[in-house]
Amino acid sequence: MAGHRIHVITSISRFIEKNRRALIALLVLSVMMIIFLILNPQVFLNPLMYKAIFKTLSMFIILASAMVFVIASGEIDLSFGSIVGLAGWTLVLTLESGLSPYLGVLFALIAGAFVGFINGIIITRLGISSLVSTIGMSFLIRGLIYIGTKGAGTPVVYLVGTPFYNAFIGSIWGFPVNMLWALGFVVLSVLLFDHHKFGAQISCVGDNLESSQEMGINVATIKILAFVYVGIASAIVAVQSTLTNQIFYPGSGDGLLLIVLAAVFIGGTPSWGGIGTIMGSVIGACIIGVINSGIVAAGVSYLFKEFFYGLIIILALISHKLNGKRC
Amino acid sequence: MADLEKKQNNLDCNQEFRRSRRGIINFLVNNRRALSVFIVFIILMLLFIIKNPKIFLHREIYEAIFRSLPIRIVLALPLVFVIVSKEIDLSFVSNMTFSLWIFAATAKAGWNPFLCMLLAILAGALVGLINGMLVVRIGLQSMMATIGMKFLLLGLVAGGSNIIPIPLTFLVNTPFYNTFVGKIGNFPVQMIWAVMALVIAMLLFNYHKFGSQISCVGDNLESSREMGINVATIKILAFVYVGIACGFAGVLSGLTYLSFYPKPGSPDELMLAVLASVFIGGTPTTGGVGTIFGAFIGACTIRFIETGIIEAGLSGFFTQFFMGLIILLALTSHKFHKSH
Amino acid sequence: MKTKFLELKNVSKSFGKVNALERVNFYIKGEPEIVGLIGDNGAGKSTLIKIIAGIHTPDCGEIYINGKRMENWSVVKSRVSGVETVYQDRALAMQQTIARNIFMGRELTGIFGFVKSKLQFAEADRLMRTIGFTSKVFASDSAVVNLSGGERQGVAIARAFYFKANLMILDEPTTALSLTEAQKIFDFIRQAKKGGSSCIFITHNIYHAYDVSDRCVVLDRGKIVMETNPEHTTAEQLVKDMQKIAHGKVREGINNGRS
Repeated sequence: MAGHRIHVITSISRFIEKNRRALIALLVLSVMMIIFLILNPQVFLNPLMYKAIFKTLSMFIILASAMVFVIASGEIDLSFGSIVGLAGWTLVLTLESGLSPYLGVLFALIAGAFVGFINGIIITRLGISSLVSTIGMSFLIRGLIYIGTKGAGTPVVYLVGTPFYNAFIGSIWGFPVNMLWALGFVVLSVLLFDHHKFGAQISCVGDNLESSQEMGINVATIKILAFVYVGIASAIVAVQSTLTNQIFYPGSGDGLLLIVLAAVFIGGTPSWGGIGTIMGSVIGACIIGVINSGIVAAGVSYLFKEFFYGLIIILALISHKLNGKRC
Repeated sequence: MADLEKKQNNLDCNQEFRRSRRGIINFLVNNRRALSVFIVFIILMLLFIIKNPKIFLHREIYEAIFRSLPIRIVLALPLVFVIVSKEIDLSFVSNMTFSLWIFAATAKAGWNPFLCMLLAILAGALVGLINGMLVVRIGLQSMMATIGMKFLLLGLVAGGSNIIPIPLTFLVNTPFYNTFVGKIGNFPVQMIWAVMALVIAMLLFNYHKFGSQISCVGDNLESSREMGINVATIKILAFVYVGIACGFAGVLSGLTYLSFYPKPGSPDELMLAVLASVFIGGTPTTGGVGTIFGAFIGACTIRFIETGIIEAGLSGFFTQFFMGLIILLALTSHKFHKSH
Repeated sequence: MKTKFLELKNVSKSFGKVNALERVNFYIKGEPEIVGLIGDNGAGKSTLIKIIAGIHTPDCGEIYINGKRMENWSVVKSRVSGVETVYQDRALAMQQTIARNIFMGRELTGIFGFVKSKLQFAEADRLMRTIGFTSKVFASDSAVVNLSGGERQGVAIARAFYFKANLMILDEPTTALSLTEAQKIFDFIRQAKKGGSSCIFITHNIYHAYDVSDRCVVLDRGKIVMETNPEHTTAEQLVKDMQKIAHGKVREGINNGRS
């Protein structure tokens, strides 16, 4: 009996050990929710509040999960916002050509993957730092979109109610489908990052590049794949965004940049590479999502929303810092 | 016998080495990044002048450029110090807005504008100090911490000001106004201030202990510490320097556009453009080396490109595209400068 | 007599004006042996092992593996032949687990590339025990950063050993280690030899070389100037011989006892 108890305790402590960062993020989220619940119980127990949160939460979750791969490999991608725009543009162009919207999704995915591929090539073949090259790529892509669309958006209201629309944005038994897509993406990301050779090699590459190379890991391929993954995630988000807003506009995806990065870092994935936590990013995205919608409901002027983003980010960072040493 | 021969050989090698690197050549080699950007800039200007002599040989266009360019220059130069020390600051635009808010609020209340400016600069410096503390004392990663600070400041300003803009037109033609954004003849004074900022930054970086120590810290932190450099102080000072610049740039911005206008959720364009100036100018992200003059030329290049595109008849939509292209091309060309 | 596993004949390598290696004849026996490679800085030790690892191509001379001449020797070919180099601190990814480090680039995967984590952990535990790693606190799912310097080296050596390295090359494995930890490394190396892996290790510490080597090879200014069997000399004599070499009084061809 005692032996069994000890076994359970060791298992729990092992679990905590392995998932410390995500658990800290969870702690931050819980504390925040408790404070919100105390301040305004009616709103925060109201399912409608969460419906509002879910509208945009899935996008944060998908992007934050994908970014873990790039950041854990020791790089960064500041261009994903513009990839969202490009993929959305590809989607509406396909629709305007009269082709099936499903084909539009496929082309959007290809476009996103392609830009990710180019990002990866620039960083691995040309050896330019990812920080600067993705800034450049972001401008380039966004500029292309503006040039091509001449600043004009494309409404897609006619898609509302179609099976295509419901497949991505509808609801099943009251539960929003876009969250299901996000859930699926998270499951895929966890499988790839924690249980697949790809994730293992990403972590090794971000941790010790030379060592990984010496042990025969194809560092360039791994990094390129990570950027492609972010490109694909951006495309999925573009589809969701275009359908949710019922319009594609050239600035689509702008403003996601720092929020998503914040979600990743709040979640506990550090910027120095080698470590990553998908669940942590998901929780970080939830924190951002709740603040987004919850601040006003908590009785604080919406103007202070960004103040709380900043406060939470810094507090979460300090918590992670207290948790583990940087080697 | 063989030993002596070898030693003689080594000595000769050294002399040869020194011989080939004397004077001008040495200077060129050491500053090759900034110089190559400068050359690109000159070529660019020549192209603009050839394509559109009516515009580019007349002063109006320069007046317009020199009104907005100084802000970017003032912001970009101290960033070189931070980036050389292997950190980054993504909060500087919000810091600038924050300082401007302090300035505008106090100026509107009737205080002496010079005092208001001092307060704005102090506010900026304080924010820089907090950034430095978070990164150095608490040990947070600078990218994440300054993103957090950026949001914090934006929210503080938005909430504190209630998104009510504060017009600053009452300052026009006061001595304060003329000192900082007046005109000498037709030349905007703020450009002179920007050049002064350039000179100060170059002196600090290339000739002062601050610059040499920050380069050492960015290059090899452990070695610097062992050699007695106060790594913590140096890094914090770099952030404070950025903060001071934000304060000054904030006031300049307020005087140039004659208003404090807190846009809710402001876009990141200015931040990315200023960062791009530093990187295009030849300062790498890897730390240890940097060029102030390069960042200056980088800022000018970007600003002139933005103008040139419009004057060349392309719509403003092309600006971002070309900016991105320039960034990628400039970085690729810098790669070929690596002397390893 | 079994064929020699590795043989370098008349190998030379220059970098510009510097002659790193001059007509070096070096070999590793067919039976597992531990060879200590000693010499002053610039003697050519690094160049020699880099040639063996396939990183540098010799200007002239031949490389033989198991008696067969190797053309276009490369890093890939050396790894395939069972040559593994273990660099000091650079070898491991600090934040990753012991198991992940051991299987870096050679993950045990099932269908679609998914990693068999449990199997990896079990194998890593077994391996560490075989090599003599007896920590009560850490298991193969602990991050390497938690281990001491000697233990980390042990992981790196265990990795080379696990993948059936015929030859492990260790570059200064005991620098920056305490005495006890250095002894642990020597035990790892001896265990590896028992398991069938030869070892070349570079060291500045003559006493260490003496302690664990079957054979000491001394390099000076690009040439092999001495080969010693520690059984036939003492550590102190070896130190004296090294000093003579350093003062340039001993040249090629001195042989203290049979190898």
